[in-house]
Amino acid sequence: MKQLRLLLLFLSFATLLSPATLFAQVEEEKEQEEEEDLMAMLEDLEEEPVNYAFATFKGVRLINSHSIEMPGEGVLQMMISHRFGRVNGGPYEFFGLDQANMRLGFEYGIKPWLCVGIGRSNVFKTYDSFLKVRLFRQKSGAESFPFTIVAYSNMAANTLRAADPEAENRLVHRFAYTHQLMIARKFGERLSLQLMPTMVHRNLVGTPVEQNDVFAIGAGGRVKVSKSVTINFEYFYLLPGHTADNFENSLSVGVDIETGGHVFQLMFTNSMGMSENLFIPQTTGDWLAGDIHLGFNLGRVFTVKRK
Amino acid sequence: MKQFILIFSILLLGASTLFAQKQLTRTGKIVFLSETPVENIEAVHNQVTSIFNTENGDLVFSLLMKGFQFEKELMQEHFNEKYVESDKFPKSTFKGSISNIADVDLSKDGTYPVKVEGSLIIHGVTQPVSVDGTLTIKGENITAEATFPVVLADYKVEIPSVVRDNIAQEVSIHVLMNYEPFKKSGK
Repeated sequence: MKQLRLLLLFLSFATLLSPATLFAQVEEEKEQEEEEDLMAMLEDLEEEPVNYAFATFKGVRLINSHSIEMPGEGVLQMMISHRFGRVNGGPYEFFGLDQANMRLGFEYGIKPWLCVGIGRSNVFKTYDSFLKVRLFRQKSGAESFPFTIVAYSNMAANTLRAADPEAENRLVHRFAYTHQLMIARKFGERLSLQLMPTMVHRNLVGTPVEQNDVFAIGAGGRVKVSKSVTINFEYFYLLPGHTADNFENSLSVGVDIETGGHVFQLMFTNSMGMSENLFIPQTTGDWLAGDIHLGFNLGRVFTVKRK
Repeated sequence: MKQFILIFSILLLGASTLFAQKQLTRTGKIVFLSETPVENIEAVHNQVTSIFNTENGDLVFSLLMKGFQFEKELMQEHFNEKYVESDKFPKSTFKGSISNIADVDLSKDGTYPVKVEGSLIIHGVTQPVSVDGTLTIKGENITAEATFPVVLADYKVEIPSVVRDNIAQEVSIHVLMNYEPFKKSGK
């Protein structure tokens, strides 16, 4: 009896684990696996990437001001800028085109987040040099941050011959400095905005009441109208003071046209200078009076160091 | 009883081979090359993920468009911003299978010509593709390789007229995958 029970037990075990049932099970598993979506498995394996905002602006300039964009690492950017005379000069001045103020500049990306530049403009025979450092990047996905923040410092030197050679003319009197923070956000594909708290320090000003330190808040942005064209605007509000009372706030509107390696920026502005120490505290043009300058920036990149 | 143990061990063996059917890579390489008389543009991607089911020949690929590395920074930016619109269509995927997987003897070293058929998604557009490639078996390592053309217009990738001379209408895609056995738990 005991033996029989044992036999039965063994038999039931054997049936349970018989090759037939096992193979059937395997077959079933196989079918299931075939049905499994390999793509879904692949997606499970993928980690969520960090998406950095890119191409917030087309060029390294908004209009007069810098943008948070920089030439890439190892990229040299040449920039030729013109600001013509005032359009209200009428036909005699060919609507300002008879007079041309220009700046020639070069900037170079040492690192993706660091760039230096130099320039020379015929407005007050100004040499300028600048440093641009990206502190934060707008990103989403696995990590997120809402803005791109860039610190910018510019040193400009007026090299006009002294008006009165007999007076005390010290070298330090020729320098002006600009410190600026650019805070930008790309709101989707079309719209990008930038805020620019700025301080301009001038070592020498004309009269005792003029301010050596001028504070301003800049705001600007772009609207993308096609893949290669954007419409830009830029405004600098001078904080109340002597400068704000005697000068105009700089206001510019423009259009960016991008081709392969060029960005062409065409603008209307009430400012003539092409460095911050000139167009922020020394703008005299009044838009409503027609003191508007037509101008352009032409940027061309050269890849010096290939990746 | 002996018989039972024998059957059981055979089955266990069978099961273990079943689990080794899938091959995985996370560091697959895809290169694309655009050749025109004006300039040649090359971009390399080294983080392509792919799973290959050796039993039925099923094959999937996936990559992030932003992972393509160009020689020139600006090219990379234009590629992502204007041509493939990476923010809108971040991924490109392929799903298909090797139709002649039966001709490949996975236990024997050698290079086998294979035919891959499936659908490729670029820029949000799905197109059927048929590609000739090779599978190279060397011990436990399986390498898949293929080169095929992609016509940009098929995937609604528009090239602006100003750079039309610089970018080829048909670019060449080169795929190189070194697979490793896929262990589910190992992730």
